[in-house]
Amino acid sequence: MVGYIFRRLLGIIPVLLGISLLVFTLLRTIPGDPAIIILGERSTPEQRAALRTKLKLDRPLFLNFEGGNIFESQYVTYITNFATGDFGDSIKTRQAISKELKQRFPATIELALSALLIAVVVGVTTGVVSATKRGSWLDASSMIVALLGVSIPIFWLGLMMQYLFSVKLKWLDPSLRLDTSLQGSFEPITGLYLLDGLLLGRFDITMNAFKHLIMPSLALATVPLASIARMTRSAMLEVLYQDYIRTARAKGLSARITILRHGLRNALIPVITVIGLQLGFLLGGAVLTETVFSWPGIGRWLLDGILARDYPVVQSGVMFVSLVFVLINTLVDISYRFFDPRIQYK
Amino acid sequence: MATTEPTITKKPTSDQALLSRKPRSLWSDARRRLFSSTVGRLGMLICAFLFAVAIITPLVQPLDQTLNRDTANKLQPPSWLMTAEERADAASKSIDKARKDIPWGRFERPFGTDQLGRDIFIRVLHGAPISLTVGTFAVILAVIFGSLLGLISGFFGGIIDTIATWLMDILLAFPSILLAIALTAISNNRESFSYKFSQQITELPILQTIFDPPLFNAMLAVAVVEIPIFGRIARAAVLSVRNQEYIHAAEAVGVSRMRMLMRHILPNSLTPILVQMTLSVASSITSVAALGFLGLGAQPPRPEWGSMLSTAREYVGTGQWWYALFPGIAIMLTVLGFNLLGDGLRDALDPRLKH
Repeated sequence: MVGYIFRRLLGIIPVLLGISLLVFTLLRTIPGDPAIIILGERSTPEQRAALRTKLKLDRPLFLNFEGGNIFESQYVTYITNFATGDFGDSIKTRQAISKELKQRFPATIELALSALLIAVVVGVTTGVVSATKRGSWLDASSMIVALLGVSIPIFWLGLMMQYLFSVKLKWLDPSLRLDTSLQGSFEPITGLYLLDGLLLGRFDITMNAFKHLIMPSLALATVPLASIARMTRSAMLEVLYQDYIRTARAKGLSARITILRHGLRNALIPVITVIGLQLGFLLGGAVLTETVFSWPGIGRWLLDGILARDYPVVQSGVMFVSLVFVLINTLVDISYRFFDPRIQYK
Repeated sequence: MATTEPTITKKPTSDQALLSRKPRSLWSDARRRLFSSTVGRLGMLICAFLFAVAIITPLVQPLDQTLNRDTANKLQPPSWLMTAEERADAASKSIDKARKDIPWGRFERPFGTDQLGRDIFIRVLHGAPISLTVGTFAVILAVIFGSLLGLISGFFGGIIDTIATWLMDILLAFPSILLAIALTAISNNRESFSYKFSQQITELPILQTIFDPPLFNAMLAVAVVEIPIFGRIARAAVLSVRNQEYIHAAEAVGVSRMRMLMRHILPNSLTPILVQMTLSVASSITSVAALGFLGLGAQPPRPEWGSMLSTAREYVGTGQWWYALFPGIAIMLTVLGFNLLGDGLRDALDPRLKH
């Protein structure tokens, strides 16, 4: 088991190297000189050359064949810096990227986790209920809603929610993580404002953060929720007709225990696969949700970085997101063993 | 305990009857199942309706940005929500005439108008050919390159397989929308080769009415993102049929590798690919719309649904909900149609999966 986990984690490295190569090459194919972007059109060639030297952009791209150290190249610098946690500075804001990551990553995590929570809790429950009440109006209507759910463009759903709950009903706040009056009024501990409010004993912060969080996380949760509900239902249906379910009922177990312990537990593998796949969707969908709700997270930041040709932000940000993504997928793979001991690893 | 007699519906078949029965191929069986399932029928109905709209709309009323404009009627709500007085006011007609126009006046602008006084209904209709073409093109490209990659990688194995799988893993390790955004942003740089290439393509007669260069690039980006999905499916399908007896038989008769791949392996990998194609049209349409929404895809005034939403976003805060509502419903209906069709196809083509 330990050997398997170790091998899986080791397997991440070539994928990450590939991603780094891809990001690096893609960014370098954008025409335009970052030195001009930083200094402006009116800078002198000498100034630009000096800046390029300072940013080490005058070095060869992949390997240095011009004498000296062969590894003195932009790509190697990028990789070694990333591996040591030195993400560089943003070209646009001149801020240290690690500092921005520290601010923005918790925002995305808070959004993605709450969306995941909603999706898993509501999705699995709906799926189980639909499967056990197969053919009822409850089953039919929840599956119709789920089908609509996988087909909804989330950015549009976000807009419509904003209109309904903020513009029309004025219940919720359409953007940002907190009211501007509360921002900066406290020192975040975890960066997850819901939690920070509780830890600091400032319930006004938790309440306010909640009012800001609920719409974006609902919008983001829609598609995963619908997929999870559909997958849970079909996996449960497959399991519920097995002999061991009948045996469990026959030996006198209650319907609830049979469904949850004998049914759901055995239906979980495909459901977990879907949840794992949806995590990637959550990270990606965060770009759109964060745009609609002006949520100061990583997705929006990366989008701005790509549009502004902010090399270091995109290079480090994408690597970071991909690292998280690949790690999660690997963990999902490993967790199969936990949920289904029948699975053996070579 | 009540026992039910097994009812025999089939007549006992003699050899004669069996021989005279019309041969049923996998496809005709699948077609029968598709037509008899509610999901499949509904999916086909929605898709057929959308394709009909996409073909008829440009024929009936070619898109003309200037004709459609009506500066006196900016940001009017859907006409069926307005009273006769309001409609008369909006159309600067007399109230009597407006009353007389009922019920037609009621449906004059069923989706309302936008910030330039354009009829949103007409623009949403004109979005249909764009989104359907974009979705179909993207999937066709992804299928060609993806299944080729998967077939080759699964069939030849070894180092080719290792490299191809690595490439696909990398592409799949990216959150897909981010990759699409990055690719679109890069290819939309006006000095880049890809932009000039798209410009050439989008000047062709029919494509001109569908694509502008940024939209074409967005479509290409979405196609690239979908490649590894088809690659994986094709590879898995090849691996599963590779060791079947009929492949060994073909090998034994001396069938060439190319012929083996194209005649024996590809057709048997087709089912999962076909199902994924339908589902991918749906996801491609959403992705291209999302890129349009972020300002990276189609540019105004092209009536692409995503870019319409991008403009409509500014008017949500001020209460003009109809502007954003209808293009979104159009996207949802299209995606729903293809999702239903995909589900129906899956059930029809692979009855084993059905419960």
